[in-house]
Amino acid sequence: MNDAEIKQAIIDIISDIAPDEDTSNLKPDVRLREQMDLDSMDFLDIVMELRKRYGVNVPDTDYMQLATLDSCVNYLRGKLVSKTAKV
Amino acid sequence: MEYDAVIIGAGMSGLAAGIRLAMFDKRVVVLERHYVWGGLNSFYQFKGRQLDVGLHAMTNYVPRGAKGKPLTRLLKQLRLRHEQLDLHEQSFSLISFPSAKLRFDNDFENLRGEVRRAFPREIDGFDALTREIVAFNELDLDAPQISAREVVRRHIRESLLEDMLFCPLMFYGSAREHDMDWDQFVVMFKSIYMEGFARPQAGVRHVLSLLTNRYRELGGELRLRAGVKRILTRENEAVGVELQSGEIIEADHVLSSAGLVETNKLVNGERGIGVPSMSGHRPEADATGKLSFTETISVLDAPPKTDATIIFFSNRDRFEYRCPDKLCDVDSGVICMPQNFKLPKPIDPLVRITNIANYAKWTALERGDGSSEVLIPSEWKVSGIRSQVSGNGKAIPETRYPIPDTSKTDTYTQAKQNFYEHSVAAVTPAHLPDFRSNVQLVDMFTPRTITHFTGHEGGAVYGSPRKSRTGETGIKGLTIMGTDQGFLGIIGAALSGISMANRWVLKESTASEPIA
Repeated sequence: MNDAEIKQAIIDIISDIAPDEDTSNLKPDVRLREQMDLDSMDFLDIVMELRKRYGVNVPDTDYMQLATLDSCVNYLRGKLVSKTAKV
Repeated sequence: MEYDAVIIGAGMSGLAAGIRLAMFDKRVVVLERHYVWGGLNSFYQFKGRQLDVGLHAMTNYVPRGAKGKPLTRLLKQLRLRHEQLDLHEQSFSLISFPSAKLRFDNDFENLRGEVRRAFPREIDGFDALTREIVAFNELDLDAPQISAREVVRRHIRESLLEDMLFCPLMFYGSAREHDMDWDQFVVMFKSIYMEGFARPQAGVRHVLSLLTNRYRELGGELRLRAGVKRILTRENEAVGVELQSGEIIEADHVLSSAGLVETNKLVNGERGIGVPSMSGHRPEADATGKLSFTETISVLDAPPKTDATIIFFSNRDRFEYRCPDKLCDVDSGVICMPQNFKLPKPIDPLVRITNIANYAKWTALERGDGSSEVLIPSEWKVSGIRSQVSGNGKAIPETRYPIPDTSKTDTYTQAKQNFYEHSVAAVTPAHLPDFRSNVQLVDMFTPRTITHFTGHEGGAVYGSPRKSRTGETGIKGLTIMGTDQGFLGIIGAALSGISMANRWVLKESTASEPIA
């Protein structure tokens, strides 16, 4: 998965979690929480969807890495690759 | 294990919890003892009419995109769009007491204006109370439980205003007589006064269809007429349930919306679950709730001449929210007219009147002649009844009909008949223009009906005054949710199921609290 695909994967998850939110103009370097109404329950959903869809486990110590779209991509770049490699 | 989780009860909390678990591929089954889902908020057909039970209004109404509100949180957790709920707002509601009336709608500023108009000396206190409510975090499940009356009295001096503010909040959710826990008061104040009332065009059916359809498309299993006889435990850990039929269903988690006392009774063996202790200043010998209700539904051929959606009334300035020593207290209650939501399509005009009732007295009555039908008195059919709205609003409602003789209530059938007539006489014309000549069809339910359909002990609509805020029971894998977890209303109950499923089943395998 390249960076654009990872970014799209995150946006897809957010669109599914919050169908009322407009995800078309998310700024990649601004915290997601500041751009949308996302609370800790929603971040739990993002984490669970990552595991469900891509087999990625995000330990709670790494939740901070999901703060912005850019940081998500940076954090997941390695993870998604290793998953793909295994399959 | 056959299932990751068994959920007892297909009400709002059970269905919402089921959706969450099915969404993350848990093997889950919802067990409902009744032949229809919905629990306290359900629906039925009566003489060709589609009627709702329970739901007067959805509280917690906020428009699409409102940040951080319970409704928004619920929609995200169930992955629904706001428009799918098809919500239409109330016109306005009324708190109607002999010496004052307060109007409110979905704009909190209007209630504030009404308080300033009717109680000018109390407006600063009301503002201070509002600030304290806004600042309180009702989602902190570990907050100590304190008396709402005590907190409100620090700000509001006039008992009339205090009682008027309590009236709708108690009727829509208090399991406690005369008082509420402060956190419950905050939840109800926000959901009713600061957010508001709305209703789907098709009523509770629509909400339940959304939930059951979502649950099933996610692969969840729903079993009707599957009453639970026992919750099975092994070494203080829930391992499944035994159905009334004798069938055993094994599961790692049991989430029960049956109620605290009821769940306690379902636990295998003599060992009870730990009923959470109160902070100590209000010891309660009996955890069974004492608040039960009757409701009459009058289907009309023309609506009463009022635009009010819901009227919370008391014929006494001192509002009494407690189990009456007679069958019903007709001198306070709630009148709901669902046709007065701003609905795109007209619906049959109804007047629903809810009164507090005495469970023991209703259940002690003999069945009677077997007919449970409430008849429309023949003298109501006369035409040309005029509403006699009293000028000062202070008079006990006058009626041109004799107050029915409530001593003649030897049988259940007679009691229903008498109290229907009595409850209507107690609201017209003081709170509502007389609608008696328009009644086409009547149905009525009593505490007996409530227990039959919901399984709640004592017909207690709002469950036990003791709540298990964290859902914990003292037994590993057994969680309380719904009414007795303490979140109220349709949105609250659904959020209860969601938060318990998240906290005790889904998070178990992920991690602790996200900090992102």
